[in-house]
Amino acid sequence: MSKALSIIKPGQLVTVASIQDSALKPKLMEMGLIAGKEIRVLFRAPFGDPIAIDVHGYVLSLRLDEAGLIQVNESIGSEVFA
Amino acid sequence: MKIALLGNPNTGKSSVFNMLTGLRQQVGNFPGVTVDKKFGVFTLNNEEHTLVDFPGTYSIYPRSKDEQVVYDVLKNEEHPDFPDLAIVVADESNLERNLFLFTQVYDLQVPVILVLNMADLAKKNGKSIDLTALATAFPVAKIVETTARVGLGKDRLIQEIQSISKEKHTDRFYTSAKICSLDDSKGQEIEATERYTLINDVLKRVQTTSTAKTEASSNKLDRILVHPIFGYLIFGAILMIIFQFIFAFAAYPMDFIDGIFADFSAWLSQELPTGLFSDLISQGIVPGIGGVLVFIPQIALLFFFIALLEESGYLARVVFIMDRIMRPLGLNGKSVVPLLSSVACAIPGVMATRTISDWKERMITILVAPLMSCSARIPVYTLLIALVIPKQTVFGFLNLQGLVLFGLYSLGLVAALLIAALLKLLIKTREKGFLLLELPSYKSPRWGNVGITVWEKVRVFVWDAGKVILAISIILWALATFGPGDRMEKAALKAENHAKELKLSNEDSERFVASAKLENSYIGIMGKGLEPVIKPLGYDWKIGISLITSFAAREVFVGSLATIYAVQEDGGENKRLIDRMRSEKRFDGTPVYTLASGASLMVFYVFAMQCMATLAVVKRETKSWKWPLIQMAFMGTLAYLGAFITYIILS
Repeated sequence: MSKALSIIKPGQLVTVASIQDSALKPKLMEMGLIAGKEIRVLFRAPFGDPIAIDVHGYVLSLRLDEAGLIQVNESIGSEVFA
Repeated sequence: MKIALLGNPNTGKSSVFNMLTGLRQQVGNFPGVTVDKKFGVFTLNNEEHTLVDFPGTYSIYPRSKDEQVVYDVLKNEEHPDFPDLAIVVADESNLERNLFLFTQVYDLQVPVILVLNMADLAKKNGKSIDLTALATAFPVAKIVETTARVGLGKDRLIQEIQSISKEKHTDRFYTSAKICSLDDSKGQEIEATERYTLINDVLKRVQTTSTAKTEASSNKLDRILVHPIFGYLIFGAILMIIFQFIFAFAAYPMDFIDGIFADFSAWLSQELPTGLFSDLISQGIVPGIGGVLVFIPQIALLFFFIALLEESGYLARVVFIMDRIMRPLGLNGKSVVPLLSSVACAIPGVMATRTISDWKERMITILVAPLMSCSARIPVYTLLIALVIPKQTVFGFLNLQGLVLFGLYSLGLVAALLIAALLKLLIKTREKGFLLLELPSYKSPRWGNVGITVWEKVRVFVWDAGKVILAISIILWALATFGPGDRMEKAALKAENHAKELKLSNEDSERFVASAKLENSYIGIMGKGLEPVIKPLGYDWKIGISLITSFAAREVFVGSLATIYAVQEDGGENKRLIDRMRSEKRFDGTPVYTLASGASLMVFYVFAMQCMATLAVVKRETKSWKWPLIQMAFMGTLAYLGAFITYIILS
């Protein structure tokens, strides 16, 4: 069952499942967010928005609106460690 | 040879640019678009090369107007900026995403050099690259490893530039590659998926990661710097320090420049033979140049700090913690620094909006920045407050004059935020604002880059904005120096005789004559013509003249009033000017400067765009007169209505 990236808790490791069709979709993909990609939610800004994620070696911040476009699967065996 | 410098943001692209071109950088325009083209010329073996620094992008498909130039140039071989050679700078510690843009450029079949920068950082992160294996994946590309921030790898890069074949190659990395049209998002999505699959295949063969690092070291710093409490406290503290420098310490070099030009102009008017041309030099051009140069300390200091914050990676964190707060106002996390800088001076503030990639958010920031009360308003505020606000204590401990000053600053801030929210609704754009911001890892700043940024900003201001400021200074000088027919001469003669009758001292009679001449100059006539318009605000024509002259810069208001009232400016508290203004009466014997008219003037100066230098910079930054004119119009309307309402309420 996939979830929106915007509701994933910091520390959690997830895998990109799909991205909702939108003007932003190709941009998100160019940033490396393609299906199957493993990403980790790192932390949130003080008001919970934007969030910062680790995309295999770099840190990307996105607004909740933008993270909401991304559906992710919780990676098997991943535990919340933060 | 035309060389294009491409690369993701935060890859040290500008370090490579600086390494190759040093200080020989120029700024021009890409044809047809309003994007600055930064380029530098360098010579190798008697061959001249032009290196064009393209905006940092993650893909050839643009995500903002500024980035579109990359696409426009690269897809069109007929474009005058189409390169003979492309240098793509990639961050070796993050090859996957960086190779995305590189492979796109590779597939254009332009001769290409891949610069693997930040080799040191990659090693630190436990990543090593098999360069030979990488070269097999891209057989026609040259690959150079550099650490450009310390100048390492320059020789190899230069060697490769010299040895590269200028013929287009025929190889392709992603064999079905074609350039999609900009609105073909499906095609771009397919390309992204397939390209990344291919890149990952290559990386598996090429890159070895020794330690399974899950957490970047930057992450620990981020725990504090984006913390809900400490994050803001630290940002506040950093701002205080920057402010202290811009606001307080820049005053010394500024006074120094001011003093030198005032002395020089005085010396010139003594030494040069009397005549119109001498006057033009000593009273028009020299003070005009001084009026440009006086801003340099503030601009240099502000950009010194901004470059430092940007280089270190901290600025992205400021955006991160401020974005949510600024968004409802149509602003961006990146608007914070420009707006706060504008409290010192709107000029560096407007120039600092360059970092905002979203066009609409940048425009709104530029448009409201001059509403923040800048330091040039202080002399006007203090004069008027001393004039009409009684020295008394309210609520037992608050100084009323101080409270009014605080109120004026707050008024400017609130207006800026409200107008921003309004503009958010008014300015239409097809691009939806988004963030998608990389938080680069923290690095110690490269002082060379900081220095070059400061130099560039100062140079652009002096050359581009300086021309407009100088031109307006000369126009204002001409309007104050000439009058219709012999009107000024007659007035001067009359004033001289009158002064003799009154047995005034030499100095006093000179001031008396100056006042009469100004009253009969074109500016004086304009001031009088303005009177019916400004009467509802409680002003007379003498104030009208000062409003016009202070268009050069707000603080000129004070000096201009001193000339009109023929009193000596004593610099400090302006006691004589204030006394003279207090005694100023209208025809019906009521005082000109009352609480109502004084407060109305203060409100006028909070809102009005009384600053040609800012206008010139807005024109420079938006590349058209449309925005500065819109800005002047809405700020003028706001000033007029605000002053009118204030006058009605208080009288």
